[in-house]
Amino acid sequence: MRLALHFAIGLIFGLGLVLSGMSNPAKVLNFLDLAALPTGGWDPSLAFVLGGAVIIGLIGFQTIPRWRHPLLADHFALPTATRIDRRLLIGPAIFGIGWGLAGFCPGPALVALGTGSTEAALLSVAMLAGMAAGRLAAR
Amino acid sequence: MTAFSPVSALVGGGLIGLASVLMLAVFGRIAGISGIAVRLLPPYTDRETSGRAAFILGLIAAPLLIWLLTGTRPAAVVEAGPMRLLVAGALVGFGAVYGSGCTSGHGVCGLSRLSRRSFVAVGVFMTTAILTVFVTRHWMGV
Repeated sequence: MRLALHFAIGLIFGLGLVLSGMSNPAKVLNFLDLAALPTGGWDPSLAFVLGGAVIIGLIGFQTIPRWRHPLLADHFALPTATRIDRRLLIGPAIFGIGWGLAGFCPGPALVALGTGSTEAALLSVAMLAGMAAGRLAAR
Repeated sequence: MTAFSPVSALVGGGLIGLASVLMLAVFGRIAGISGIAVRLLPPYTDRETSGRAAFILGLIAAPLLIWLLTGTRPAAVVEAGPMRLLVAGALVGFGAVYGSGCTSGHGVCGLSRLSRRSFVAVGVFMTTAILTVFVTRHWMGV
């Protein structure tokens, strides 16, 4: 039951990424390419993806944590940190450079594996290694 | 060149939001892909590893399902060569875990929680990603 639900939630997340076009790095890079704005080559879609996700997310995240407990767990495990520290500036800065280099962030990279993309596979292997290193460095 | 697709972007985004809300409602957790993926690697700190693996398999199954239903393989057009893919992947993985989240954890879930940390993180990675594309596409032409 837990496994089936995890799978279903992953599937819905993945369908969202594919349907919105975010599993295609070309579309992501064309959003990040603001210099293409004057030539009409800019693709604003990613802003609409984030907007659509946050509209639904706001409804859930502003109400559900008030429940006594989640449906299949005894407590909510939500982040508690509030400090803006060095890690919160350095990590996202490095993440953004990698994202801009190839147009893949973690979700789309893993989803693109299902399109049979060998490029996504290569990037995902390096990404997992980077994640392991990131966890060590964060200790 | 890719075409602006506001409707599928909004609907797809809504599904991403729905999946994040379901993860919260059912398991009480953040649907942050980098957090889920890194916990698939040892050392393991809790008993939800198989659940995380099932979630990632669900992600990978999504384009396969669409491929099966429509007969068309979802596009993933990649211009980067092998070296660049390896460097990009390593930076994305390191940065996401070191900075406690990526586009899903900080972007979708963090903004929905109205987390100040996530607003900062999203601002920083959007800025460096835009600068990177500007430098590589328009200065270096690669």
